[in-house]
Amino acid sequence: MGEQKMLKDLFKKAKYISVPIAKRAINEMGDKDNIQDYLICAKCEKKISAEEYENLLKVCPLCSHHTRLYAPERLEYTIDGGTFEEKYNNLQTLNPLEFEGYLEKIEKLQRITGLDEAILTGFGKIGDENTGIGIMDSSFLMASMGSVVGEKLARLFEEATEKRLPVVIFTASGGARMHEGIVSLMQMAKVSAAVGRHSDAGLLYITVLTDPTTGGVTASFASLGDIILAEPGAIVGFTGRRVIEGTIGHKLPDDFQTAEFLLSHGYIDKIVPRIDMKKTLSMLLKMHMRGEG
Amino acid sequence: MANEANQIILTPKEENIIKRYEISKHKNRPTVNDYIPKIFEDFIELHGDRGYSDDKAILTGLARFNGVAVTVIGHVKGKNTNENIEANFGMPHPEGYRKALRQMQQAEKFRRAVISLIDTPGAYCGVAAEERGQGEAIARNLMEMSRLTVPVIAIITGEGASGGALGIAQANKVLMLENATYSVISAKGFASLLWKDPKREKEAIIRQKMTSEDLLGLGVIDGIIPEPPEGAHKDIVLTAAAIKAALEANIAPLLKMSPEEIYNQRYKKFRDIGFFNET
Ligand SMILES: [Zn+2]
Repeated sequence: MGEQKMLKDLFKKAKYISVPIAKRAINEMGDKDNIQDYLICAKCEKKISAEEYENLLKVCPLCSHHTRLYAPERLEYTIDGGTFEEKYNNLQTLNPLEFEGYLEKIEKLQRITGLDEAILTGFGKIGDENTGIGIMDSSFLMASMGSVVGEKLARLFEEATEKRLPVVIFTASGGARMHEGIVSLMQMAKVSAAVGRHSDAGLLYITVLTDPTTGGVTASFASLGDIILAEPGAIVGFTGRRVIEGTIGHKLPDDFQTAEFLLSHGYIDKIVPRIDMKKTLSMLLKMHMRGEG
Repeated sequence: MANEANQIILTPKEENIIKRYEISKHKNRPTVNDYIPKIFEDFIELHGDRGYSDDKAILTGLARFNGVAVTVIGHVKGKNTNENIEANFGMPHPEGYRKALRQMQQAEKFRRAVISLIDTPGAYCGVAAEERGQGEAIARNLMEMSRLTVPVIAIITGEGASGGALGIAQANKVLMLENATYSVISAKGFASLLWKDPKREKEAIIRQKMTSEDLLGLGVIDGIIPEPPEGAHKDIVLTAAAIKAALEANIAPLLKMSPEEIYNQRYKKFRDIGFFNET
């Protein structure tokens, strides 16, 4: 019963945020008159069928640009229907630096997005396999990592360790949450240690890097998966491109810090198009089942 | 607190914070090469990450601390422009973190304590660092340091900024020199990101809570090592003696703990850092 209720709540939330999604489609695509049938791709700027775009899970049918997703969309595309049980959504950040306007900003984002924080965490099934799940949402303060994101992840890894379950995390983040200063930095240490315990128990951890994954998240749990997948074209790096360009005084090539760049430098296992992600995750999870595979 | 011309009026306490910050940035601030011979005996530097190169921004080696072999790791800064260029101003590339990890894992193998001296403006931000996986190198160190079952003590001696500092600072005890700073980003970076105004640096120093006193209050560090009245550079011998005394005091209880206790103490220390309410 508890599971049913949580699921209902989640879809209520998903519905609630469908308004900003539609708005974003108009704003990004720029084609207000034909919003019903056609969209203009933000990347290739060509006219595309809205239906085709939705069928491809918000990927452009012409240039395969992967639009950033809200966490509930990602959940719907990845987790078996009716299996997700959300967890640790009862944590409310405090304001360790007493930073002016921080808590008001969080409350406003909670109202707009329907999310409690920058990551959705819980347990559910992917292709019938039970797994811990974390999905970051860059519309929530660039999915920066503060106390609550760190705590939710640490609890997820600890509970998965106890239950002897794998963990799948979809990363997206601008990095540390500056409003929490050093406390934000410490979350990197906390989560990485929890990943270490989960790994020491012989359990599988898969990271899926999505656009954009940078800074302290790249320098902690995003880079620690036993298997690291990425969506095509996702920007993943430690230091932001503009900062590096500012330091070296010239422009960097277009492919710098893309998933393809990471693959060629040996830092990820595989680039997986969104339409194949669920199937790929399910296959990988099954191959790590003890006594099966 | 700021008026339109960015002129801020400081309370005496805030003025003191700025003064400490300026001491931490003093051009004669002692470096790892000043401290090592005064704290340890028989230091032998050991080079290289065995994968790519020998990063000059982090030094690693073996030494004796009161006669007992320990592993020493530290960010390197120079005393003049040439030395600083050689050490890349204390900003490591991925191979620096990998060199440190190699030494820490040998410390685990041979049951030696690890002493890490932190002084960096951050991990290097550049094309080569990205190509060789700066994020991966730091992440790996965080996970592997959490697994160590030998005592690890980190001392922030100058500036400890961002993952570049944390990458060798996930310790059982984290200590700080009185005037050192430890932060997620530089004060200028903090002001640029949050206020879109790098000129509000002074305000950022105060607001970011990067001084030893603030960090002790937040539970991020375990102790403050006193400096001479005008700063460490006024008396390096005295400062080194204070560091040595703090190391002795902090390492003794750790040496009495079992490997499992050492591992659990470090896990819990970082596990407990976070500010939130549960509803
Ligand atoms: Zn397109």
